[in-house]
Amino acid sequence: MFLEIKDLSVKIENKKILNELNLNINKGEVHAIMGPNGSGKSTLANVLAGKEDYEIINGKINFKDNDLFDLNIEERAQEGMFLAFQYPVEIPGVNITPFLHSAINSKKKRMNEAEIDNLSFAKLLKSKASDLGISIDMLKRSVNTGFSGGEKKRYEILQMSILNPDLAILDETDSGLDIDALKIVTDGVNKLKTKDNSFLIITHYQKLLDYIQPDHVHIMVNGSIVKSGGSEIAAEIEKDGFQKFQ
Amino acid sequence: MNSETLNTLDTYSKNKYKYGFVTEIDDERPKKGLNEDTIKFISLKKNEPVWMLEWRLKAYSKWKKMKEPKWANLSFPEIDYQDIYYYSAPKGFEKKPKDLSEVDPKLIETYNKLGIPLEEQKVLAGVAVDVVFDSVSVATTYKGELEKLGIIFCSIGEAIQKHPDLIKKYLGSVIPPGDHSFSALNSAVFTDGSFVYIPVGVKCPMELSTYFRINAENTGQFERTLIIADKGSYVSYLEGCTAPKRDDNQLHAANVELIALEDAEIKYSTVQNWYPGDENGKGGIYNFVTKRGLCAGKNSKISWTQVETGSAITWKYPSCILKGDNSIGEFYSVAITNNFQQADTGTKMTHIGKNTKSKIISKGISLGNSQNTYRGEVSFLRKAEKARNYTQCDSLLVGNQCGAHTVPYIDSKNNTAVIEHEASTSKINEDQLYYCRQRGLSHEEAVSLIVNGFCKQVLQELPMEFAVEAQKLVSISLEGSVG
Repeated sequence: MFLEIKDLSVKIENKKILNELNLNINKGEVHAIMGPNGSGKSTLANVLAGKEDYEIINGKINFKDNDLFDLNIEERAQEGMFLAFQYPVEIPGVNITPFLHSAINSKKKRMNEAEIDNLSFAKLLKSKASDLGISIDMLKRSVNTGFSGGEKKRYEILQMSILNPDLAILDETDSGLDIDALKIVTDGVNKLKTKDNSFLIITHYQKLLDYIQPDHVHIMVNGSIVKSGGSEIAAEIEKDGFQKFQ
Repeated sequence: MNSETLNTLDTYSKNKYKYGFVTEIDDERPKKGLNEDTIKFISLKKNEPVWMLEWRLKAYSKWKKMKEPKWANLSFPEIDYQDIYYYSAPKGFEKKPKDLSEVDPKLIETYNKLGIPLEEQKVLAGVAVDVVFDSVSVATTYKGELEKLGIIFCSIGEAIQKHPDLIKKYLGSVIPPGDHSFSALNSAVFTDGSFVYIPVGVKCPMELSTYFRINAENTGQFERTLIIADKGSYVSYLEGCTAPKRDDNQLHAANVELIALEDAEIKYSTVQNWYPGDENGKGGIYNFVTKRGLCAGKNSKISWTQVETGSAITWKYPSCILKGDNSIGEFYSVAITNNFQQADTGTKMTHIGKNTKSKIISKGISLGNSQNTYRGEVSFLRKAEKARNYTQCDSLLVGNQCGAHTVPYIDSKNNTAVIEHEASTSKINEDQLYYCRQRGLSHEEAVSLIVNGFCKQVLQELPMEFAVEAQKLVSISLEGSVG
């Protein structure tokens, strides 16, 4: 199994957010999780990425034959986990080029692969950026600093395409995007998709799923997955909302 | 702040100081303590003319009546001026050696270890270096090449011998010996330092640099630097400093005077990395430094850039007196304090001439139990028509035990003055760290990246040859990784 989440219960400040959650993802699959606000979707994304604010009270997560809880945030990233943030944070003064260059090389180091030199990296960054309609000017700015919501999301997808993760988690990447930006972002995801990597797409709206075809759709309510199925479920939600699951 | 952050902070606080070694070398010192005999000893050792000795003694008599300035946000035990050696020279330096074959190999070895090779062929390309070990200048590189352009770059001791007219005219003209107790002290006992004169219309083709090293124990270092840029000339100058690890505090009280005549520009950069003391606050250099530049002529410019990472105490306010019309003063500063370091640093911009402009960019980073204060004074005198100042002070706190303070004074006697002041204080943001680590960077790499980003505006002002070094130094001051 590629990613296996078993009976996961998590709390934060004495409030239980995830409750006996189970989810399996195989290589090459695209999963979508839908749910109302406050159902625990973002918590799941952050627990997978390793954010330290949460207390794990029960359960196990297996990722590429590792016990995920043995790995810290950066080790998980280096193992090929990528989280596209809902609200990417600004880092003033830090340029994307050295930032991502260090990031990709830390991953190479863990995989015992040769590091990428400056020139090859600059070329890679330029070509990926132009694929996503990101201007050279934008690459000269500090990470996320002064970016619009849409620019930030495109930047996340740029980073994802450079780091080429095994598992990409998209946390409400569609929120705050107009249709054009949404299309650029989803095109980026579709281009990246292969039989060897997997996606976990967290969304509130069904709209995103018009552009990315998930293999599995899960409904999450009150910290548990209450229903799983194919893309027909998304249509059901679009029509009736989450109410009948609550 | 979560536990991992605290762990990483803990490793920072065990920050290793890689320049902490001592060179075993015979040195020559007078008796401890400060009195007229000490000053006569120094003056005699330096073979100085009588007028210089008299100048020193006059400063000494002023110093005796003065008290240390106490307004800074610093606390330290009383300095016992009678428990300090005021002169220390490696033996055999009665006369400055003519070439390196006359220099003790141990000394050359010391500078190799510090990354400052003295052999010219190995010297940083395009940088001329004057090297001061304790109280004497041991080597000045590229001298011949500079002489062809009429540039004088030598130790101040040599300048007193060879260029008495320039010394008499300018020494103490920007920082009068009686300015305050540390300037009086320096004027009385200064031992060595660099002297630069750039003739009319000459753009100095290379970076000039002085490297200061304190080696001997219980010794104060009192260097004096004087830079004169004549009409229409340009010079960029950099100083670097290190000292061995010692349990006792050592006093360093330097004076630096800059004079820019009409249309001249001086760019002065400092990378200060004196021994900061250990993680419990034991030892370290007391760095009481007076730096002042005079934009004497029209359209002149003086720019100070400093990266302050060392010293137990830093008391330092590189200032500009903007006397010439249209003259420009700039101050770019990064001050990092860790463990029990204390820094009270900033600048003074005094606008006298018309259309004078000044710009202050200060970045303070506090870690551990340290205290970091920005103190600045911007004043506009009556005749400073249409003068402008822009000030930006940003403080970054890493951890919960440190402090950041900002003390800006503004005084305007001319109502056409335009003053802008921006200040911010922030803590290193857990969300930023999380973001960086999610991309695969370690916690330390992430902190170093964020802090370097925070300082970027200042670091990019450094001469290119040193910007990379300074960036590394910033990272080292944060990390425990370099031993």
